[in-house]
Amino acid sequence: MDYLKKYPKLFQWLFLLIIFFALCFSIDVPETYKFIRGQAEFVKDPNQSTYVFLGKEVRYYAFDVFWRLPPLLGWLPIWINDSLFFLMNEWMPMEFWNEDTQEYKTRPLVLEISRTLTSFMTFLIFLIRETLLGGLETIVAFTSWDWIDKNPWAELPGLPWTIVAAGFAILSYKLSGKGLAIFAGLVMVYISIFGQWKPSMQTLSFILVAAPLSFIFGLGLGVAAYKSKRVEKALYPILLVMQTMPQYAVLVPALVLFGVGDHAAVIITMIVAVPPMILLTLLGLRAVPPEVIEAGRMSGCNNWQLMTKVLIPTARRDILIGVNQVIMVCFSMAVISAFIGAKGLGFNLLLALNQLNIGLALEAGLCISLIAILLDKMSLAWANKQTDYFGNLTFYQRNKNSLFFGASVIIGIILAYVGTFIFKDTFNYLFEVPHNKGISTADFWNKGVDWIFDTFFVYIKAFNTWLIVEVLQPMRALYLRMPAVATLVLVVGAGYLIGGIRSALVVFALTLFIALSPWWDRALVTTYMATFGVIMSCTIGFTVGTLCFQSKRAAAFMLGVCDIFQTFPSFVYLIPVMMLFGITDTSVLIAVIVYATIPATRYTIEGLRSVPAGLHDAATMSGVNKFQRLTKIEFPLAFPHMMLGLNQTIVFALFMVIIGAFIGTEDLGQYILKALSDKNGAGIGLTLGICVAFIGLIFDNLIRTWVGQRKKHLGID
Amino acid sequence: MSEPVIKCENVYKIFGANAEKMLQESNGNVDAKTFQDNGCIVGVNNASFEVSKGEMLVVMGLSGSGKSTLLRCISRLTDATGGKIFIEGQDLLKLNNKELIDLRRNKMGMVFQSFALLPHKTVVENIAFPLQIKGIKTEDSISKAMDMVKLVGLDGRENYFPRELSGGQQQRVGIARSLAVEPDIWFLDEPFSALDPLIRKEMQDEFLRLQEKLQKTIMFITHDFDEALKLADRIAIMKDGIIEQLDTPAKIVLNPATEYVRKFTEEVPREKVLLIEDVMDTSNTENVGDLKVSKDEVIENVAEKILSQEKSVAVTDENNKVIGSINPTKIINTVFGGRKNSN
Repeated sequence: MDYLKKYPKLFQWLFLLIIFFALCFSIDVPETYKFIRGQAEFVKDPNQSTYVFLGKEVRYYAFDVFWRLPPLLGWLPIWINDSLFFLMNEWMPMEFWNEDTQEYKTRPLVLEISRTLTSFMTFLIFLIRETLLGGLETIVAFTSWDWIDKNPWAELPGLPWTIVAAGFAILSYKLSGKGLAIFAGLVMVYISIFGQWKPSMQTLSFILVAAPLSFIFGLGLGVAAYKSKRVEKALYPILLVMQTMPQYAVLVPALVLFGVGDHAAVIITMIVAVPPMILLTLLGLRAVPPEVIEAGRMSGCNNWQLMTKVLIPTARRDILIGVNQVIMVCFSMAVISAFIGAKGLGFNLLLALNQLNIGLALEAGLCISLIAILLDKMSLAWANKQTDYFGNLTFYQRNKNSLFFGASVIIGIILAYVGTFIFKDTFNYLFEVPHNKGISTADFWNKGVDWIFDTFFVYIKAFNTWLIVEVLQPMRALYLRMPAVATLVLVVGAGYLIGGIRSALVVFALTLFIALSPWWDRALVTTYMATFGVIMSCTIGFTVGTLCFQSKRAAAFMLGVCDIFQTFPSFVYLIPVMMLFGITDTSVLIAVIVYATIPATRYTIEGLRSVPAGLHDAATMSGVNKFQRLTKIEFPLAFPHMMLGLNQTIVFALFMVIIGAFIGTEDLGQYILKALSDKNGAGIGLTLGICVAFIGLIFDNLIRTWVGQRKKHLGID
Repeated sequence: MSEPVIKCENVYKIFGANAEKMLQESNGNVDAKTFQDNGCIVGVNNASFEVSKGEMLVVMGLSGSGKSTLLRCISRLTDATGGKIFIEGQDLLKLNNKELIDLRRNKMGMVFQSFALLPHKTVVENIAFPLQIKGIKTEDSISKAMDMVKLVGLDGRENYFPRELSGGQQQRVGIARSLAVEPDIWFLDEPFSALDPLIRKEMQDEFLRLQEKLQKTIMFITHDFDEALKLADRIAIMKDGIIEQLDTPAKIVLNPATEYVRKFTEEVPREKVLLIEDVMDTSNTENVGDLKVSKDEVIENVAEKILSQEKSVAVTDENNKVIGSINPTKIINTVFGGRKNSN
């Protein structure tokens, strides 16, 4: 009893677990219950119950409410769909002038807005794309097809790849120096030689449209949120949900609103990329020292001057880190947007994966990874760049980079021109290496994969079977065996024990939403996969992190590796695992583990590093050995930060589980994927996205609350 | 007598949701404890004082005493909850935003503890910043700023960025910036607190030199009593938002008004602070020796001379007229004697 008195929390947790298990055992699995596979719920079944709400009929398999709650929110996706349809096709019809037919036409307002926005985006994308690659569309936009027919010379020629490559190298040199310039040049040459130029430039043009627009909106909203508490409060829940919402899920409503193609992808990319920009703008502005603001005020700044001349320049670094985030999100969306028909590297990757051509997929994936690293390094270099005083510079010194670029443009054009003579009968390789006409290593990789399969098939298969039969299936069965009520009690109880009544209510609301949606079973499967991934990732990440922390050089190296891996769009991770493990749950889980190990490792190292040096010395002077120092000093102090790592690990794992649907899983992701190809999928996709986001938010709330209290208790910030 | 440049009448600053209502209900009798129980924090409690032209008022207090808050009320970086503040006769709290900006652009300059320089601008650009904000052309503002660079002795470093300068140099930029618009009123919020002791002393001397030349009306905030004694024409000592005592350095050292003030004065080396004038005996001008000392001498400088005498020493004013006397015992009492003054 003394023990319990000493640790009252422990007793409370035990009590919670006892109730949970009691509920699990006392509520039996109904005889009619089975995990509904595939399309089963769309087939009319006399065993189903129905109810009608808001004019929408919802069918479902009814169970005891203790076992599974009825899908009282089943009408929500249908309702979202109908609302969207109504908005797009019926709401507020107005007269609009139609340029092509030269007459007024009646069109619903939202449809017109969506079409205008769409054509504007299309114009922007083509403008940049054709500057890079050449084409007709931009000139057509200003004139007409008839005009083009009469003037066949009028075509944007596109830039020779040599010029773009030189441009990247010079820009990198300006931002960071020789190292990055060489890397940029090599990446560009690689892309060109391996015949990935066209898709790469398509992806780049996509980013060049999406990123600046996201930046402008994000900065604007961030400033607005900084100035007005009300705006901030209104934005906060959206920002929170968007952080944990799989990028994949927002694609679905985009289909309905903006159709298929690059333009739709750009608009939806903005929706995903703006929130981190808002957050970092807000963070940066908040971090401006109050005295600097006062100095601005005392200099007689009005509000506009204060914002543009004092606040934003002072917050420059954070805002540019926001730009880095925006670019990386745009890039990963550019890849994923292939699902709604955006052109570029992602499209090629998707195509290759669909054909199970691992070699081609690997080439595209490598290209994607290289560009991701390059863009990340360049934008970070920009954020960290500081001007120094070097005395008075000459004209040449000041304009060195522009001069070099000018020279490279001329040389590039000359080279391209010379190329027309050298490669008379084939493609002008000095202008552009056409897709799939470069060097291809696909065959080599494909043979490699075949060889791996031939050689190790037995072992891989055995491992696969063992994992699925002995570990995954039982774990999944356990998760599905939980009665809904028991899960709710567990989650709410945990919320109450960690954060009091407030936390309990928040997690209760979030869990209830999922429980009342028609996809509770799927959510359980998602959770089980994520849990398995998180446990493995944390074990690996915490171990690797702790080991690397023992040596300064290893720690720095590991953080560098994490940096690089984190820049890859999540989709890329599926390539190597498919290569090795084929199309199974094991593949998804391994991708999840690899991906989610990144934050686990990073936060462990960072957490251990953040332990003050003074404490370190104090511990050493008290005569602790290395192990004691780790367990008695470093772990307890680093633990809150490591828990934030756990939080990130969960979000990463959830994202990957959802994307894993592409390989074939039976969770929420599978339904999102399905919704993508369903013209009435918008409501389902969005609701599913929210479900996934809520799973993330439940853990996010619990962990953050706990960490907050713990940090307060330890007096660290 | 001319209008005081800064005039405060019963200024209150109370932080909290319903501060104004509570202040009205209290009828001016603000008790920090009751306010705190109601979720309000008292920053400045009933401050009334005047600063006349060319005078330097040093506000001294420990952290949390409300000295910075008082300064921010007077510069209207924060709005006072109650009371009246006049700047050259203008009611500060009645100014609209445009008038306030005008006032700051032309009349006020402020120096900050953490320097508060703009990190993206060079030294000269930082100094020119208030001028450019005013709308002065770039070349004119830069040439004016260059004058300021010379004034604070930073020539040759005008194109450096703040992060390339030492703390003392950064604060010189801060001072130059605050002086760029040639303000009449100069606010300094703990300008030297973030500097090393040696640099601090150097900057104080520099500051006195500047003030001798410029003769600004100054409000200077510090938590360092020695600094206050060294610089001030008058000192206001604050505690918990209340001005405990406002007087000349000598009078504060000789007659601390409260127990709290007395604690500060205890450790003060009086011979360095007090002048002969402050301790002389005006009733006795007859029975004196041959030695004469000026009333404006600091005790420390003449103590040895006086102590070598047996008789009282005559004290003279600027016209060399004897206006009082001082005997060696008095010097000994002042320097070593009990802290209770027997004036």
